[in-house]
Amino acid sequence: MQRYSGFALAKHALSHHENWERQWRNPTPKKAYDVIIVGGGGHGLATAYYLAKEFGVKNVAVIEKGWLGGGNTARNTTIVRSNYLWDEAAALYEHSMKLWEGLSQDLNYNVMFSQRGVLNLGHTLQDMRDIQRRVNANRLNGVDGEVLDAKGVQEIVPILDCSKNARYPVLGASWQPRGGVARHDAVAWGFARGADAHGVDILQQTEVTGFKIRDGRIYGVHTNRGDIEAKTVGCVTAGNSGVMAKMAGIKLPLESHPLQALVSEPLKPVLDTVVMSNHVHGYISQSDKGDLVIGAGIDGYNGYGQRGSYTTVEHTLQAIVEMFPIFSRVRMNRQWGGIVDTCPDACPILSKTDVKGLYFNCGWGTGGFKATPGSGHAFAASLAKGEMHPLAAPFSIDRFHSGALIDEHGAAGVAH
Amino acid sequence: MFHIYCPYCEEWREEEEFHAKGQAHIQRPLDPESCSDEEWGDYLFFRDNPRGIHHELWVHAVGCRKFFNITRNTQSYVILETYKMGEQPRFTAENPNGESQGGAASADLDSQTASVQEARA
Repeated sequence: MQRYSGFALAKHALSHHENWERQWRNPTPKKAYDVIIVGGGGHGLATAYYLAKEFGVKNVAVIEKGWLGGGNTARNTTIVRSNYLWDEAAALYEHSMKLWEGLSQDLNYNVMFSQRGVLNLGHTLQDMRDIQRRVNANRLNGVDGEVLDAKGVQEIVPILDCSKNARYPVLGASWQPRGGVARHDAVAWGFARGADAHGVDILQQTEVTGFKIRDGRIYGVHTNRGDIEAKTVGCVTAGNSGVMAKMAGIKLPLESHPLQALVSEPLKPVLDTVVMSNHVHGYISQSDKGDLVIGAGIDGYNGYGQRGSYTTVEHTLQAIVEMFPIFSRVRMNRQWGGIVDTCPDACPILSKTDVKGLYFNCGWGTGGFKATPGSGHAFAASLAKGEMHPLAAPFSIDRFHSGALIDEHGAAGVAH
Repeated sequence: MFHIYCPYCEEWREEEEFHAKGQAHIQRPLDPESCSDEEWGDYLFFRDNPRGIHHELWVHAVGCRKFFNITRNTQSYVILETYKMGEQPRFTAENPNGESQGGAASADLDSQTASVQEARA
Protein backbone atom coordinates (compact mmCIF):
# COMPACT_ATOMS: atom_id res chain seq x y z
CA MET A 1 0.00 0.00 0.00
CA GLN A 2 1.27 3.43 -0.95
CA ARG A 3 1.25 5.48 2.25
CA TYR A 4 -0.35 8.90 2.21
CA SER A 5 1.81 11.71 3.62
CA GLY A 6 2.87 15.25 2.93
CA PHE A 7 6.01 13.89 1.34
CA ALA A 8 4.04 11.56 -0.96
CA LEU A 9 1.81 14.48 -1.93
CA ALA A 10 4.85 16.57 -2.93
CA LYS A 11 6.39 13.64 -4.79
CA HIS A 12 3.21 12.96 -6.78
CA ALA A 13 2.82 16.64 -7.57
CA LEU A 14 5.86 16.21 -9.84
CA SER A 15 3.86 13.79 -12.00
CA HIS A 16 0.66 15.86 -11.81
CA HIS A 17 -0.94 13.32 -9.44
CA GLU A 18 -1.50 10.91 -12.30
CA ASN A 19 0.38 7.95 -10.81
CA TRP A 20 -1.37 7.31 -7.50
CA GLU A 21 -2.12 3.62 -7.18
CA ARG A 22 -5.72 2.43 -6.85
CA GLN A 23 -6.92 2.33 -3.26
CA TRP A 24 -7.99 -1.31 -3.51
CA ARG A 25 -7.83 -4.13 -6.02
CA ASN A 26 -10.75 -5.52 -7.96
CA PRO A 27 -9.98 -9.24 -7.64
CA THR A 28 -11.80 -12.23 -9.13
CA PRO A 29 -13.39 -14.39 -6.44
CA LYS A 30 -11.40 -17.36 -5.16
CA LYS A 31 -13.10 -20.73 -4.70
CA ALA A 32 -12.81 -20.58 -0.93
CA TYR A 33 -11.97 -18.25 1.93
CA ASP A 34 -11.55 -18.68 5.67
CA VAL A 35 -14.14 -15.99 6.37
CA ILE A 36 -16.76 -14.34 4.16
CA ILE A 37 -18.27 -11.00 5.16
CA VAL A 38 -21.57 -10.30 3.41
CA GLY A 39 -22.06 -6.55 2.97
CA GLY A 40 -19.46 -3.92 2.04
CA GLY A 41 -20.66 -1.09 4.21
CA GLY A 42 -18.71 0.51 7.04
CA HIS A 43 -19.33 -2.27 9.57
CA GLY A 44 -18.52 -5.06 7.11
CA LEU A 45 -15.33 -3.42 5.88
CA ALA A 46 -14.26 -2.62 9.45
CA THR A 47 -14.83 -6.26 10.40
CA ALA A 48 -12.64 -7.42 7.50
CA TYR A 49 -9.96 -4.85 8.33
CA TYR A 50 -9.64 -5.86 11.99
CA LEU A 51 -9.85 -9.57 11.12
CA ALA A 52 -6.83 -9.22 8.86
CA LYS A 53 -4.89 -6.67 10.87
CA GLU A 54 -5.46 -7.66 14.50
CA PHE A 55 -6.68 -11.23 14.49
CA GLY A 56 -4.43 -12.75 11.82
CA VAL A 57 -7.25 -13.97 9.54
CA LYS A 58 -6.09 -12.72 6.13
CA ASN A 59 -7.94 -15.06 3.78
CA VAL A 60 -11.14 -12.99 3.88
CA ALA A 61 -13.65 -11.85 1.27
CA VAL A 62 -16.09 -8.96 1.55
CA ILE A 63 -19.03 -9.52 -0.79
CA GLU A 64 -21.02 -6.45 -1.79
CA LYS A 65 -23.92 -6.43 -4.25
CA GLY A 66 -23.49 -2.75 -5.17
CA TRP A 67 -20.55 -0.50 -4.44
CA LEU A 68 -18.65 0.14 -1.22
CA GLY A 69 -20.45 2.28 1.32
CA GLY A 70 -23.35 2.82 -1.09
CA GLY A 71 -26.00 2.12 1.52
CA ASN A 72 -26.44 3.55 4.99
CA THR A 73 -22.73 4.28 5.42
CA ALA A 74 -22.99 7.15 2.96
CA ARG A 75 -26.55 8.13 3.88
CA ASN A 76 -26.30 8.83 7.60
CA THR A 77 -25.79 12.20 9.28
CA THR A 78 -22.23 11.28 10.45
CA ILE A 79 -22.78 11.85 14.18
CA VAL A 80 -20.41 10.08 16.58
CA ARG A 81 -21.10 9.88 20.33
CA SER A 82 -21.02 7.26 23.08
CA ASN A 83 -23.35 8.66 25.76
CA TYR A 84 -25.59 5.60 26.08
CA LEU A 85 -27.39 4.79 29.31
CA TRP A 86 -26.86 1.09 29.95
CA ASP A 87 -23.49 -0.46 30.81
CA GLU A 88 -23.48 -2.90 27.90
CA ALA A 89 -24.27 -0.25 25.29
CA ALA A 90 -21.95 2.36 26.83
CA ALA A 91 -19.08 -0.17 26.79
CA LEU A 92 -19.58 -0.99 23.12
CA TYR A 93 -20.02 2.59 21.91
CA GLU A 94 -17.18 3.88 24.09
CA HIS A 95 -14.93 1.14 22.68
CA SER A 96 -15.85 2.54 19.30
CA MET A 97 -15.19 6.12 20.41
CA LYS A 98 -11.67 5.19 21.51
CA LEU A 99 -11.01 3.62 18.12
CA TRP A 100 -12.38 6.73 16.38
CA GLU A 101 -9.87 8.85 18.26
CA GLY A 102 -6.93 7.12 16.55
CA LEU A 103 -8.65 6.00 13.36
CA SER A 104 -7.15 8.41 10.81
CA GLN A 105 -3.62 7.52 11.97
CA ASP A 106 -4.38 3.81 12.16
CA LEU A 107 -5.83 3.71 8.64
CA ASN A 108 -3.41 6.28 7.21
CA TYR A 109 -6.58 7.81 5.79
CA ASN A 110 -8.14 11.10 6.81
CA VAL A 111 -11.64 10.27 8.01
CA MET A 112 -12.03 13.91 9.13
CA PHE A 113 -13.09 12.89 12.63
CA SER A 114 -13.90 16.16 14.35
CA GLN A 115 -14.63 16.09 18.10
CA ARG A 116 -16.77 19.21 18.09
CA GLY A 117 -19.08 17.99 20.85
CA VAL A 118 -22.67 16.75 20.87
CA LEU A 119 -25.56 18.42 22.68
CA ASN A 120 -28.73 16.52 23.54
CA LEU A 121 -31.31 19.16 24.43
CA GLY A 122 -33.89 18.87 27.18
CA HIS A 123 -37.20 20.71 26.80
CA THR A 124 -39.22 19.36 29.73
CA LEU A 125 -38.54 18.58 33.39
CA GLN A 126 -38.68 14.88 32.57
CA ASP A 127 -36.12 15.40 29.77
CA MET A 128 -33.80 17.05 32.29
CA ARG A 129 -34.24 14.23 34.84
CA ASP A 130 -33.44 11.68 32.13
CA ILE A 131 -30.42 13.71 31.05
CA GLN A 132 -29.11 13.86 34.61
CA ARG A 133 -29.57 10.15 35.02
CA ARG A 134 -27.85 9.40 31.72
CA VAL A 135 -24.90 11.73 32.34
CA ASN A 136 -24.38 10.21 35.80
CA ALA A 137 -24.46 6.72 34.29
CA ASN A 138 -22.04 7.83 31.57
CA ARG A 139 -19.56 9.18 34.11
CA LEU A 140 -19.67 5.97 36.12
CA ASN A 141 -18.80 4.17 32.90
CA GLY A 142 -15.90 6.48 32.08
CA VAL A 143 -17.79 8.28 29.31
CA ASP A 144 -17.39 12.06 29.36
CA GLY A 145 -20.51 14.14 29.88
CA GLU A 146 -21.87 17.25 31.53
CA VAL A 147 -25.31 18.55 32.35
CA LEU A 148 -25.77 22.11 31.12
CA ASP A 149 -28.49 24.62 31.93
CA ALA A 150 -30.06 26.86 29.28
CA LYS A 151 -27.38 29.52 29.80
CA GLY A 152 -24.62 26.97 29.29
CA VAL A 153 -26.29 25.76 26.09
CA GLN A 154 -26.65 29.31 24.80
CA GLU A 155 -22.93 29.93 25.33
CA ILE A 156 -22.05 26.95 23.16
CA VAL A 157 -24.68 27.62 20.47
CA PRO A 158 -25.50 31.35 20.32
CA ILE A 159 -27.87 30.91 17.36
CA LEU A 160 -30.12 28.42 19.20
CA ASP A 161 -33.44 29.87 20.34
CA CYS A 162 -33.13 29.51 24.14
CA SER A 163 -35.73 32.16 24.95
CA LYS A 164 -38.54 31.45 27.40
CA ASN A 165 -41.05 32.26 24.70
CA ALA A 166 -40.18 29.29 22.55
CA ARG A 167 -42.98 26.76 22.06
CA TYR A 168 -40.70 24.12 23.64
CA PRO A 169 -38.21 26.17 25.70
CA VAL A 170 -34.69 24.79 26.06
CA LEU A 171 -34.18 23.95 29.75
CA GLY A 172 -30.72 22.49 29.37
CA ALA A 173 -28.78 19.71 27.69
CA SER A 174 -26.33 16.89 28.06
CA TRP A 175 -22.97 17.73 26.54
CA GLN A 176 -20.44 15.19 25.35
CA PRO A 177 -17.34 17.14 24.26
CA ARG A 178 -15.65 14.07 22.78
CA GLY A 179 -18.58 13.47 20.43
CA GLY A 180 -18.60 14.91 16.95
CA VAL A 181 -18.76 14.01 13.29
CA ALA A 182 -16.66 12.16 10.72
CA ARG A 183 -16.69 12.00 6.95
CA HIS A 184 -18.73 8.86 6.40
CA ASP A 185 -17.64 7.75 2.94
CA ALA A 186 -13.98 8.24 3.87
CA VAL A 187 -14.60 5.76 6.69
CA ALA A 188 -15.75 3.10 4.22
CA TRP A 189 -12.89 3.86 1.81
CA GLY A 190 -10.28 3.97 4.56
CA PHE A 191 -11.33 0.59 5.96
CA ALA A 192 -11.52 -0.86 2.42
CA ARG A 193 -8.02 0.35 1.56
CA GLY A 194 -6.63 -0.92 4.86
CA ALA A 195 -8.34 -4.31 4.51
CA ASP A 196 -7.17 -4.67 0.93
CA ALA A 197 -3.59 -3.88 1.97
CA HIS A 198 -3.78 -6.78 4.44
CA GLY A 199 -4.89 -9.16 1.70
CA VAL A 200 -8.69 -9.02 1.98
CA ASP A 201 -10.52 -9.54 -1.33
CA ILE A 202 -13.25 -6.93 -1.80
CA LEU A 203 -15.78 -8.27 -4.30
CA GLN A 204 -18.10 -5.52 -5.52
CA GLN A 205 -21.07 -6.07 -7.84
CA THR A 206 -21.35 -9.54 -6.34
CA GLU A 207 -24.70 -10.45 -4.86
CA VAL A 208 -25.22 -13.24 -2.37
CA THR A 209 -28.27 -15.16 -3.57
CA GLY A 210 -28.29 -17.91 -0.95
CA PHE A 211 -26.39 -19.73 1.77
CA LYS A 212 -24.93 -23.22 1.47
CA ILE A 213 -26.08 -24.95 4.64
CA ARG A 214 -25.74 -28.67 5.38
CA ASP A 215 -26.54 -30.42 8.66
CA GLY A 216 -27.06 -27.11 10.45
CA ARG A 217 -23.63 -25.82 9.44
CA ILE A 218 -22.67 -23.20 6.88
CA TYR A 219 -20.06 -23.96 4.28
CA GLY A 220 -20.39 -21.15 1.76
CA VAL A 221 -22.61 -18.79 -0.19
CA HIS A 222 -24.20 -18.75 -3.63
CA THR A 223 -23.51 -15.58 -5.58
CA ASN A 224 -24.22 -14.25 -9.05
CA ARG A 225 -20.52 -14.93 -9.79
CA GLY A 226 -20.60 -18.56 -8.66
CA ASP A 227 -20.39 -20.37 -5.36
CA ILE A 228 -17.79 -19.33 -2.80
CA GLU A 229 -16.91 -21.53 0.15
CA ALA A 230 -16.16 -20.54 3.73
CA LYS A 231 -16.78 -22.19 7.10
CA THR A 232 -17.39 -18.83 8.76
CA VAL A 233 -19.78 -16.26 7.31
CA GLY A 234 -20.58 -12.89 8.91
CA CYS A 235 -23.69 -11.18 7.61
CA VAL A 236 -23.52 -7.38 7.99
CA THR A 237 -26.31 -6.20 5.72
CA ALA A 238 -28.23 -3.59 7.74
CA GLY A 239 -31.69 -3.02 6.24
CA ASN A 240 -31.48 -6.22 4.21
CA SER A 241 -30.66 -8.43 7.20
CA GLY A 242 -34.21 -9.76 7.44
CA VAL A 243 -34.10 -10.84 3.80
CA MET A 244 -30.68 -12.50 4.29
CA ALA A 245 -31.85 -14.25 7.46
CA LYS A 246 -34.84 -15.65 5.61
CA MET A 247 -32.47 -17.16 3.03
CA ALA A 248 -30.74 -18.95 5.89
CA GLY A 249 -34.04 -20.01 7.48
CA ILE A 250 -33.59 -17.76 10.51
CA LYS A 251 -36.01 -15.21 11.93
CA LEU A 252 -34.75 -11.89 13.29
CA PRO A 253 -36.65 -9.43 15.49
CA LEU A 254 -36.03 -6.63 12.99
CA GLU A 255 -38.19 -4.25 11.03
CA SER A 256 -36.71 -2.31 8.11
CA HIS A 257 -37.78 1.32 7.91
CA PRO A 258 -36.81 4.25 5.69
CA LEU A 259 -34.79 6.93 7.51
CA GLN A 260 -34.18 10.21 5.73
CA ALA A 261 -31.59 12.91 5.87
CA LEU A 262 -31.14 16.14 3.99
CA VAL A 263 -28.51 18.80 3.42
CA SER A 264 -28.86 22.50 2.73
CA GLU A 265 -26.94 24.68 0.34
CA PRO A 266 -23.42 25.46 1.67
CA LEU A 267 -23.30 28.34 4.17
CA LYS A 268 -20.54 30.23 5.94
CA PRO A 269 -19.59 28.60 9.28
CA VAL A 270 -22.52 29.15 11.64
CA LEU A 271 -22.81 26.01 13.79
CA ASP A 272 -19.66 24.42 15.22
CA THR A 273 -21.18 21.55 17.18
CA VAL A 274 -23.86 18.88 16.88
CA VAL A 275 -27.32 19.68 18.27
CA MET A 276 -29.87 16.94 18.85
CA SER A 277 -33.32 17.30 20.32
CA ASN A 278 -35.40 14.38 21.41
CA HIS A 279 -38.46 16.43 22.18
CA VAL A 280 -38.93 18.62 19.11
CA HIS A 281 -37.25 15.78 17.25
CA GLY A 282 -34.46 16.71 14.93
CA TYR A 283 -30.70 16.85 14.78
CA ILE A 284 -28.35 19.12 12.92
CA SER A 285 -24.68 19.82 12.33
CA GLN A 286 -22.70 21.73 9.74
CA SER A 287 -20.27 19.91 7.49
CA ASP A 288 -16.80 21.23 6.63
CA LYS A 289 -18.20 21.99 3.18
CA GLY A 290 -20.69 24.33 4.84
CA ASP A 291 -23.98 22.55 4.31
CA LEU A 292 -26.30 21.91 7.22
CA VAL A 293 -26.74 18.16 7.70
CA ILE A 294 -30.20 17.41 9.07
CA GLY A 295 -32.04 14.29 10.13
CA ALA A 296 -34.85 13.07 12.36
CA GLY A 297 -37.03 10.02 12.79
CA ILE A 298 -37.90 7.03 10.68
CA ASP A 299 -40.99 6.69 8.55
CA GLY A 300 -43.49 4.68 10.57
CA TYR A 301 -44.09 1.93 8.03
CA ASN A 302 -41.82 -0.88 6.82
CA GLY A 303 -40.10 -0.16 3.55
CA TYR A 304 -37.14 -1.08 1.38
CA GLY A 305 -37.52 1.80 -1.09
CA GLN A 306 -34.46 3.87 0.01
CA ARG A 307 -36.59 7.00 -0.11
CA GLY A 308 -38.63 8.76 2.51
CA SER A 309 -41.97 10.50 2.72
CA TYR A 310 -42.65 14.21 2.38
CA THR A 311 -44.48 14.37 5.67
CA THR A 312 -41.42 13.24 7.61
CA VAL A 313 -39.20 15.80 5.88
CA GLU A 314 -41.71 18.50 6.71
CA HIS A 315 -41.81 17.52 10.40
CA THR A 316 -38.02 17.42 10.51
CA LEU A 317 -37.66 20.92 9.15
CA GLN A 318 -40.39 22.23 11.44
CA ALA A 319 -38.30 20.98 14.36
CA ILE A 320 -35.11 22.55 13.02
CA VAL A 321 -36.77 25.93 12.44
CA GLU A 322 -38.35 25.76 15.89
CA MET A 323 -34.86 25.45 17.40
CA PHE A 324 -33.05 27.68 14.90
CA PRO A 325 -35.31 30.46 13.57
CA ILE A 326 -32.18 31.80 11.81
CA PHE A 327 -32.38 28.86 9.37
CA SER A 328 -35.97 29.49 8.32
CA ARG A 329 -34.99 30.72 4.86
CA VAL A 330 -32.12 28.32 4.17
CA ARG A 331 -32.75 26.34 1.02
CA MET A 332 -32.36 22.57 1.03
CA ASN A 333 -30.15 21.01 -1.57
CA ARG A 334 -30.61 17.24 -1.44
CA GLN A 335 -32.74 14.72 0.40
CA TRP A 336 -32.43 10.93 0.48
CA GLY A 337 -33.41 7.86 2.45
CA GLY A 338 -31.68 4.75 3.71
CA ILE A 339 -33.16 1.54 5.06
CA VAL A 340 -32.45 0.98 8.74
CA ASP A 341 -32.99 -2.30 10.55
CA THR A 342 -34.64 -1.33 13.82
CA CYS A 343 -34.58 -3.64 16.82
CA PRO A 344 -37.31 -3.71 19.51
CA ASP A 345 -34.88 -2.49 22.22
CA ALA A 346 -32.98 0.01 19.99
CA CYS A 347 -29.77 -1.97 20.46
CA PRO A 348 -27.92 -4.01 17.84
CA ILE A 349 -27.64 -7.75 17.40
CA LEU A 350 -24.12 -9.23 17.27
CA SER A 351 -24.75 -12.89 17.52
CA LYS A 352 -24.26 -16.48 16.59
CA THR A 353 -27.28 -18.14 14.99
CA ASP A 354 -28.83 -21.59 14.91
CA VAL A 355 -26.71 -22.24 11.81
CA LYS A 356 -23.20 -23.10 13.00
CA GLY A 357 -20.59 -20.75 11.54
CA LEU A 358 -23.15 -18.12 10.45
CA TYR A 359 -23.03 -14.87 12.43
CA PHE A 360 -25.15 -11.74 12.18
CA ASN A 361 -24.17 -8.15 12.95
CA CYS A 362 -27.33 -6.11 12.43
CA GLY A 363 -30.12 -4.19 14.10
CA TRP A 364 -28.11 -1.00 14.48
CA GLY A 365 -31.22 0.86 13.45
CA THR A 366 -30.83 4.59 13.24
CA GLY A 367 -27.48 4.85 15.04
CA GLY A 368 -24.95 2.50 13.51
CA PHE A 369 -22.45 4.91 12.01
CA LYS A 370 -20.94 5.97 15.34
CA ALA A 371 -20.26 2.33 16.16
CA THR A 372 -18.50 1.44 12.90
CA PRO A 373 -14.98 0.79 14.26
CA GLY A 374 -16.10 -0.74 17.57
CA SER A 375 -18.68 -2.98 15.94
CA GLY A 376 -16.14 -4.13 13.36
CA HIS A 377 -13.51 -4.78 16.03
CA ALA A 378 -15.75 -6.74 18.40
CA PHE A 379 -17.36 -8.68 15.55
CA ALA A 380 -13.97 -9.52 14.02
CA ALA A 381 -12.74 -10.81 17.39
CA SER A 382 -15.85 -12.99 17.64
CA LEU A 383 -15.48 -14.41 14.11
CA ALA A 384 -11.77 -15.13 14.64
CA LYS A 385 -12.29 -17.00 17.91
CA GLY A 386 -15.67 -18.60 17.22
CA GLU A 387 -16.81 -17.16 20.56
CA MET A 388 -18.58 -13.83 20.99
CA HIS A 389 -16.27 -11.09 22.28
CA PRO A 390 -17.23 -9.92 25.82
CA LEU A 391 -18.36 -6.54 24.42
CA ALA A 392 -20.58 -8.28 21.84
CA ALA A 393 -21.91 -11.10 24.03
CA PRO A 394 -24.78 -9.12 25.67
CA PHE A 395 -26.11 -8.31 22.19
CA SER A 396 -26.98 -11.93 21.43
CA ILE A 397 -30.21 -12.69 19.63
CA ASP A 398 -31.13 -14.88 22.63
CA ARG A 399 -32.06 -11.79 24.62
CA PHE A 400 -35.40 -11.59 22.81
CA HIS A 401 -36.34 -14.92 24.35
CA SER A 402 -34.57 -14.60 27.71
CA GLY A 403 -35.89 -11.09 28.30
CA ALA A 404 -32.44 -9.56 28.97
CA LEU A 405 -33.12 -6.58 26.73
CA ILE A 406 -30.87 -3.51 26.68
CA ASP A 407 -33.50 -0.84 26.34
CA GLU A 408 -31.84 2.22 24.85
CA HIS A 409 -34.98 3.90 23.49
CA GLY A 410 -34.81 6.60 26.13
CA ALA A 411 -31.07 7.14 25.94
CA ALA A 412 -30.81 7.49 22.20
CA GLY A 413 -30.57 11.24 21.69
CA VAL A 414 -33.62 11.18 19.48
CA ALA A 415 -36.90 9.34 20.01
CA HIS A 416 -37.82 6.81 17.37
CA MET B 1 -47.36 10.58 0.22
CA PHE B 2 -49.78 7.67 0.44
CA HIS B 3 -53.38 8.12 -0.51
CA ILE B 4 -55.18 5.63 1.70
CA TYR B 5 -58.73 4.30 1.43
CA CYS B 6 -60.19 3.94 4.92
CA PRO B 7 -62.53 0.92 4.78
CA TYR B 8 -64.64 2.36 7.62
CA CYS B 9 -64.95 5.97 6.41
CA GLU B 10 -65.11 4.64 2.84
CA GLU B 11 -63.07 7.61 1.70
CA TRP B 12 -59.61 8.27 0.29
CA ARG B 13 -57.56 10.34 2.73
CA GLU B 14 -53.98 11.59 3.02
CA GLU B 15 -51.26 9.60 4.80
CA GLU B 16 -50.97 12.33 7.47
CA GLU B 17 -54.28 11.19 8.95
CA PHE B 18 -53.01 7.65 9.57
CA HIS B 19 -50.35 5.89 11.63
CA ALA B 20 -48.66 2.61 10.77
CA LYS B 21 -48.83 0.17 13.67
CA GLY B 22 -46.71 -2.73 12.41
CA GLN B 23 -47.44 -6.19 11.13
CA ALA B 24 -51.09 -7.25 10.90
CA HIS B 25 -52.73 -10.53 11.94
CA ILE B 26 -50.57 -11.09 15.05
CA GLN B 27 -52.59 -13.06 17.56
CA ARG B 28 -51.92 -12.82 21.26
CA PRO B 29 -51.41 -16.32 22.66
CA LEU B 30 -54.68 -17.47 24.22
CA ASP B 31 -52.99 -18.58 27.42
CA PRO B 32 -49.83 -16.47 27.96
CA GLU B 33 -49.04 -18.23 31.25
CA SER B 34 -48.50 -21.54 29.50
CA CYS B 35 -46.25 -20.09 26.76
CA SER B 36 -42.59 -21.08 26.64
CA ASP B 37 -40.03 -18.22 26.60
CA GLU B 38 -39.55 -19.08 22.92
CA GLU B 39 -43.24 -18.66 22.07
CA TRP B 40 -43.69 -15.50 24.13
CA GLY B 41 -40.54 -13.86 22.67
CA ASP B 42 -41.66 -14.75 19.15
CA TYR B 43 -45.06 -13.16 19.80
CA LEU B 44 -43.58 -9.97 21.30
CA PHE B 45 -40.59 -9.28 19.09
CA PHE B 46 -40.23 -11.35 15.93
CA ARG B 47 -41.76 -9.96 12.73
CA ASP B 48 -41.86 -10.98 9.06
CA ASN B 49 -40.23 -7.84 7.58
CA PRO B 50 -40.57 -8.99 3.95
CA ARG B 51 -39.25 -7.21 0.88
CA GLY B 52 -42.45 -7.35 -1.15
CA ILE B 53 -46.07 -7.89 -0.18
CA HIS B 54 -46.75 -7.17 3.48
CA HIS B 55 -49.89 -6.98 5.61
CA GLU B 56 -49.90 -4.06 8.01
CA LEU B 57 -52.07 -2.70 10.79
CA TRP B 58 -52.86 1.01 10.44
CA VAL B 59 -55.05 3.35 12.44
CA HIS B 60 -57.06 6.27 11.07
CA ALA B 61 -55.74 8.41 13.91
CA VAL B 62 -57.35 11.77 13.14
CA GLY B 63 -60.34 10.33 11.29
CA CYS B 64 -62.61 7.58 12.60
CA ARG B 65 -59.79 6.34 14.91
CA LYS B 66 -60.47 2.77 13.87
CA PHE B 67 -57.81 0.16 13.18
CA PHE B 68 -57.78 -1.60 9.82
CA ASN B 69 -55.34 -3.52 7.61
CA ILE B 70 -53.39 -2.63 4.50
CA THR B 71 -51.72 -4.95 2.02
CA ARG B 72 -48.77 -3.03 0.65
CA ASN B 73 -45.63 -3.75 -1.34
CA THR B 74 -42.64 -2.66 0.79
CA GLN B 75 -40.41 -2.33 -2.28
CA SER B 76 -42.62 -0.36 -4.68
CA TYR B 77 -44.86 1.09 -1.90
CA VAL B 78 -47.99 0.29 -3.96
CA ILE B 79 -51.04 -0.22 -1.74
CA LEU B 80 -52.90 -3.25 -3.06
CA GLU B 81 -55.92 -3.17 -0.75
CA THR B 82 -57.25 -2.01 2.57
CA TYR B 83 -59.60 -4.18 4.59
CA LYS B 84 -61.44 -4.19 7.88
CA MET B 85 -60.35 -5.93 11.05
CA GLY B 86 -61.34 -9.58 11.03
CA GLU B 87 -61.28 -9.83 7.25
CA GLN B 88 -58.68 -11.78 5.32
CA PRO B 89 -56.43 -10.19 2.65
CA ARG B 90 -57.08 -10.91 -0.97
CA PHE B 91 -53.51 -10.15 -2.10
CA THR B 92 -50.80 -12.27 -0.47
CA ALA B 93 -47.18 -13.18 -1.21
CA GLU B 94 -48.48 -16.50 -2.57
CA ASN B 95 -51.26 -14.82 -4.55
CA PRO B 96 -49.78 -11.44 -5.61
CA ASN B 97 -52.38 -10.79 -8.31
CA GLY B 98 -55.29 -11.21 -5.95
CA GLU B 99 -56.99 -13.86 -8.04
CA SER B 100 -60.16 -14.79 -6.24
CA GLN B 101 -60.03 -18.22 -4.71
CA GLY B 102 -63.31 -20.09 -4.87
CA GLY B 103 -65.00 -16.98 -6.28
CA ALA B 104 -65.95 -15.53 -2.88
CA ALA B 105 -64.32 -12.10 -3.35
CA SER B 106 -66.83 -9.40 -2.54
CA ALA B 107 -67.97 -6.86 -5.06
CA ASP B 108 -66.78 -4.11 -2.69
CA LEU B 109 -63.23 -5.35 -2.86
CA ASP B 110 -63.37 -5.52 -6.64
CA SER B 111 -64.50 -1.94 -6.98
CA GLN B 112 -61.81 -0.83 -4.51
CA THR B 113 -59.12 -2.67 -6.44
CA ALA B 114 -60.30 -1.01 -9.60
CA SER B 115 -59.90 2.41 -8.02
CA VAL B 116 -56.44 1.45 -6.71
CA GLN B 117 -55.44 0.64 -10.25
CA GLU B 118 -56.98 3.86 -11.42
CA ALA B 119 -54.96 5.80 -8.84
CA ARG B 120 -51.80 4.00 -9.94
CA ALA B 121 -52.43 4.89 -13.61
